[in-house]
This record gives sequence, structure tokens and C-alpha cells, in this order.
Amino acid sequence: MTTMTDPPKASFRLSQLIYDTRYRSYTFQFIALILLAALMAYLGANLVTNLADQGQNISFRFLAEPSGYDINQRLIEYDSQSSHLRAAVVGVLNTLIVAFLGCLTATILGVVAGVLRLSPNWLVRKLMAGYVEAFRNVPVLIWILIIFTIMSAVMPPPNAFRGDNATASMVFDAFAFTNRGVYTPAPIWGAGSLVVVLTFLASIIGVIYYRRYATRLLYDTGKLLPMGWPSLVILFLPSILVYFVMGQPISLDYPALKGFNFSGGLHIRGSLIALWFALAIYTGAFIAENVRAGIQAVSKGQTEAAASLGMRPNRIMKLVILPQALRVIIPPLISQYLNLTKNSSLAIAVGYMDVTGTLGGITLNQTGRAIECVLLLMIFYLTISLAISAVMNVYNQSIALKER
Amino acid sequence: MSHDNIAFHRKHMLPEAPPPVTETGAIKWLRENLFSSIPNGILTVVSAYVVLTIAMAAAPWFFNGVWDSPSLSACREMLDGRTGACFAVLTERWNQLLFGFQYPSRLYWRPTLAFVLLFVAIAPVLFIKYTPRGLLVLTGLYPFIAYWLIWGGSIVVPVVALLGVLFGAFVYRRTMTASAGVAVIAGIVAAMVFWWAAGAVTAGLSGVMALEPVASRDMGGFMINLMLGVICVSLSLPFGILLALGRQSSMPIVKWICVAFIEFIRGVPLITLLFVANVVLAYFLPPGTTFDLILRVIIMITMFASAYIAEVIRGGLAALPRGQYEAADSLGLDYAQSMQLVILPQALRISIPGIVNVAVGLFKDTTLVSVISMFDIVGMIRGPILASTEWNGVYWELFGFAALLFFITCYGISQYSQWLERQLQTDHR
Repeated sequence: MTTMTDPPKASFRLSQLIYDTRYRSYTFQFIALILLAALMAYLGANLVTNLADQGQNISFRFLAEPSGYDINQRLIEYDSQSSHLRAAVVGVLNTLIVAFLGCLTATILGVVAGVLRLSPNWLVRKLMAGYVEAFRNVPVLIWILIIFTIMSAVMPPPNAFRGDNATASMVFDAFAFTNRGVYTPAPIWGAGSLVVVLTFLASIIGVIYYRRYATRLLYDTGKLLPMGWPSLVILFLPSILVYFVMGQPISLDYPALKGFNFSGGLHIRGSLIALWFALAIYTGAFIAENVRAGIQAVSKGQTEAAASLGMRPNRIMKLVILPQALRVIIPPLISQYLNLTKNSSLAIAVGYMDVTGTLGGITLNQTGRAIECVLLLMIFYLTISLAISAVMNVYNQSIALKER
Repeated sequence: MSHDNIAFHRKHMLPEAPPPVTETGAIKWLRENLFSSIPNGILTVVSAYVVLTIAMAAAPWFFNGVWDSPSLSACREMLDGRTGACFAVLTERWNQLLFGFQYPSRLYWRPTLAFVLLFVAIAPVLFIKYTPRGLLVLTGLYPFIAYWLIWGGSIVVPVVALLGVLFGAFVYRRTMTASAGVAVIAGIVAAMVFWWAAGAVTAGLSGVMALEPVASRDMGGFMINLMLGVICVSLSLPFGILLALGRQSSMPIVKWICVAFIEFIRGVPLITLLFVANVVLAYFLPPGTTFDLILRVIIMITMFASAYIAEVIRGGLAALPRGQYEAADSLGLDYAQSMQLVILPQALRISIPGIVNVAVGLFKDTTLVSVISMFDIVGMIRGPILASTEWNGVYWELFGFAALLFFITCYGISQYSQWLERQLQTDHR
């Protein structure tokens, strides 16, 4: 006969909270939560006391009050009677402009420099290595200041363009580089220009469709259609035809010297150019390294395998190397874009009125609402960052190697 | 069978012929590396032209440079219309560029000594394979010596701080056997209690071996960049490790606290955090306390750096094979032991290049403090030096000098990191 003993009675002792792995994590999390709450309460209490001492409060009502300052570069209607909120929006738009221009230029520079760093040409290779090292190892703020100095102290003043013995002259009679910024021709959108623009957009879609059709034809029947020149023809011919049929609705407004300054055309300020180029060249150096690493990450066997299938070098690059290299390049590329956007807040050093200059600069100083302004500023940058990284995650998932 | 019926065959070896001229020496190198094809040749010519143009423009500017002159106008007179740099600004304002314009000039030897000692202190860490372990004591002592040298004041303060740390470590060792988590808390509490008690006891000893005190706001120049870089990177390493471990943790609340902190810090630009240090942080401190601006900046930059370092270390932790974690578990090690003995040594080794990248980036970002009106090297150049009547308009020499200082430091660090990577390669390839 066997006697059954009861299983040991599960009695809960307090020491189990620390020594029993089943309960220990709850204890730790509880302690962490308590500590966090205590810290928050402590900081909050300090905040309340400090605000009460200075007779202040937290309120966002100042956003609706007139700002009382001017912004020299604005995409939307704005004057000194507009609200602080509108000033912030102008700043946001300026941030987005410089971020967009910077990312575009940085990508071009980075890809060119990264590919050239792998060139068989010794001199070019060394030059590009010099560019990358020089820009990666010096703070971007110093580069911004250097380019700003070129734009503001080296460029001739507008009156140097005047008179019979002018010391400076316009490039192609269209571009004027002055210490107040660069003046370029601006397009004037006449009646019917919308048709031209729409035609051009339609041509872009047409090119995409043509290329898809050609690819499908190649895969289905093996018939190879030319890609290069038909794309160019589809892209430009209809637009040019429509442009002349509509009677040349789009014309250019050239800048001209009037009085002490240039007028007409498009005025790009030195601060925008300094910020744009410095960020682009600086970030371009980092992108160049990413591109180089991406190309080198594709093993040599891939090139050789493609070559043994009888592919020509440019097709090897396009069909075999690049698709694999892009998988490595894109994620760090996106984080470089993010860095560039965040670095654009250095605009405040050269007086470019981005969101840090308006909301975090003049608005903060005028209203004294430090907490509110900095909070809004952080929320703005945080939103951009999180949005971009969300997009990046989706992209990464779509491009990830489909394994078993 | 004889060979006689073959019409011709050679009976002697031919003498060795030299390789064709195009396949040897400089010509071969030129053909392969510069002129391998027509587009390559064009590229070579164009880039050689660019390099030559820049060199031709820069050479007279550099070699005609004036090194000794009291002001820009005097410098221009000496140049007498020739192109030339005015490096005199560097020699005349040398101390301001390095130490700021308010640090007492008779005390320059103190930060200089601290700077020299920095190399003594980090050498055992940098070349850990080639230096005896005992020298690490120097590294441990350095923060206290450097604090005493740079800020001055009584030696009692750093000594008490050091003793508190030692006492905390002692308590940690003794309680280690019970539970690692408890030991950490016990060590911290012991150190706190020690400082509190020692502070009360030594309150009357403020004159012992006192160096002349220097306030933080009197510091400036490149010294500030170096100080912020060194302090914030070294402080952010332990925080970064904790945050990374927290983010990998299986406890959801701990994990989400760490994730929120890291993502928040990484999502905002450093400048907004410096704004917080400048104008907002004071609101969250107990009423009546005044923190130095430099201390507030150190807090914010450390938070900033720890978030980035945490992400790098998380990469290292994720790169370790699962088997390492399981092996540590199967040996019966608890969490703290397995992290300390098995996981972290390997994960940190993988993360070194990333950590160095973060450190270099952070060091460059210390120039941003000039935006919140601290006089680091960029602040000194833009403020007191360019605004002075003597040197208004000397841009290239000053910005070039600042760029050169940063280049030397950052390039040196990244070269070291590459060397270390080769040293630490334990796999055989």
C-alpha cells in the first residue's frame, strides 16, 4: 500500500516577494513605479512652488496674442500683428524647407562621394576620403558659421554691381551673389500655366507606366525595349509642346538692381544658404560612408555570379548590387535625414527663422513662457522623429529578406 | 624516339627579359590608378586641377601669415597688400581660446596640469592590454584630482567624495553574497550616508590645502568643450548600460519607462535640451537651490548621451547569440552575475565602435553650448574675439583653428577606435 502525502501547502511568505522568481519581477516593477511616481511628484511639487513664488502659471493663451516681431522669410501671410501661433507655423515651414533642401542635396553629395570613394582612381579616392574625414570630424556648427561668413562677409554688397566700373557682376545676367543673399530668377505663373504643370505631372506618370510595360514585356517575351531616350521624350516633349501651344504662359522674373538693392526674382537669404549647404555637406559625408559600407557589404561573389551569367557591368550594378546594397543603405540613410532635421535647429546661430528661432527664440524671450515654448518645440521635433521612424519601420519590414 | 625529326626546338633557356616599360614602376602605377580609362583620365585631370587651384590659393595665404601683431589693422599694414593670413590673433588670444576670458591667468597651470593628467589617467583604460592592472587606480583617482585642480577649493571635498565612493564599494562587496540588487542599493545608501555624515564633520575644515576656488562661470574656451566631452561621456556610460539592460528587460513597466526615455531624448535636438538646462530646469529644482549653468548643462548632455549609448549597447546585447544567455542560466548564475560575467563583457566589446562614434559626435556637439551664451571655443570666437575692435574681421584663422582642434581630437579618437577594433578581434578570419 502506498500512502499519498499531500503536496506541500502553498503558503505565501513575505520573503517570496524577493526570493521567488515568480513574484520578484512584480516587486521590482512595483518599486520602479513607486520611484517614478515619487520623482514625478517631487518635480511637479517643485514646479508648482516655483511658479507660485514667481506669480506665474502654465497657460498656452499667449499663442493667440500678437507676436510683435517680423520674420524675414515667410511662406504664408504673416506680419508683426499676427499671433505667436502663426509665427510658430512660419517657423515650422522654414524648418521643413531647409530640412527638405538639405536632405535632397545631402543625398546627392553622399551618393556621389560614396561611390567615388570606391573608384579605381587613386586621386579621386583620396580626395573623397579627405572630404569625408574633414567634414565628419569637425562640428557642424563651425561649418555653418564658416559658410555663413562666406555668404555675409566675402560676397560683394549690392552696390558693387552698380556703375560703369562695377567690381562684381551677375552670373549669366540672372544670378546675383551678394552679401544680402542670392537673387535668382523666379517663375511667373501666367494664365494657362496650370495646364503645363498638369501635363508635366501626367508625363511623369506616363514614364512610370512605360517603364513598367517595358519590364513586363521583357519578362514575358524576352523582347528588350529601349528605356533611356523614350523616357526622356515622354517626360519632356508633351510639356514643351503644351507650353508653346498655350502661348508660353510661364516666364521668368529676373532680379534687377534698383536703388540700393536688387528687386524682383527670388531672394534666397545667406542664412538659409549657409544652413542648407553646411547641413548638406556635413550630412553628405556621413551618407557617403553609409553608401560605401552598403556597397561593400554586397559580397564579391554576387558580382562574379552576375558576371558569369553574362551580364554587363552597368546591369550588374543596377540589377544585382544596388538592390542588395540599398537594403543596407536605407535605414542609416533615414536616420541621417532625422539627424539633419534635428541639426537644422542650429539655425538660431545664424539667425535663420526656423521653429527654434521663432518659438524657441523670440517668442520665448518676449513672453517669458519658457516651459510652454520648450514643450511645444520638443513635441514638434518628437512628432517628426516618431513619424519618420514609423515610416522607416514599415519600409524595413517590406524590404526585409523573406526567409522561412 | 628522337627529337631530330622535329624541325625546330629551342635548346637553351631564353635570358630573362625586363617587363615592358608600361608594366612596371611608376608608369604602371599611373596607368592603373590614374589613367585606366578615358573617363578616369578626365576625372584625374579635373581633380588634380581642383587640388592645385586650392593649394595655389591657400599657399601664399598660409606662408605669408603674420604671427606677431597687436591688431588686424597692424597686421594688414605688415602684409602691405599681399595675400596673407593673420595668425597673430591666435598667438595673441591663445589663452582666451583655450581657457576663456575670465579664468585667472595665474592659474592656467591648473587646467593644463589636469589636461596632461587626463592622458595619464586614460592611458591604462585605452591600452588595457599593455599596462599593468594596478595603474587603473590612477584612472579611479583622476576625477577627484581633476575636480580639485579645475575648480579649486579645499582638498577635503574631493577626499570626502572619494572616501564615500570607497565606503559604498566596500558595503557593496560585503552584501554582494546576499543579492546583487540589494547590494547595489546598500552601496549607494552607504555612500550617501557617509557623505552626509562627513559633510557635517568636515564643515570646519574648508581651508585645508585649499587651492584658490574658480567659479564655473569663469571657465571658457576649448577647456569647456573638453570638460563637457570627458565628463558627459564617462557619466553616460553607466547610465547607458542600465538603460540598455532596462530596455531588454522582461519586466514590462521597467521596459516601457526605458523605451519612453530613450525615444524621447533621441527624438528631440540637443539644442532643445540645452534650452531646458538654460531656462526650464530651474523650475523643477527645489525652491532656493541654484545650480551652476555648467552643472545643468552636464546633466542634460549626460541624459542625451546615455540615450544614444543605450541604443548602441542594446545593439551589442541583441547581437550576442541566444546561447550565451542560456549558457549563463544553465550555469546557475543569477541575473546580475550572468550580466556581469558573461553577457556585458561580450556585448560591450561589440559596441565599442558605436560607443566611440557617439563619443565623437557628442564631443562635436559640445559646441552647441555657445547658443545658450556659454563661452566655449565657438562662443569665444563669435563673442569676445570677433567683437573686439582689434580683431573684428579675422574669420578664417579663428574658425580654421577651431576646426583644426576638433579635427585632431576627433580623428585621433576614431583612429584609436579602429586600432582597438583590430585588437579585440577574437575570431579568426
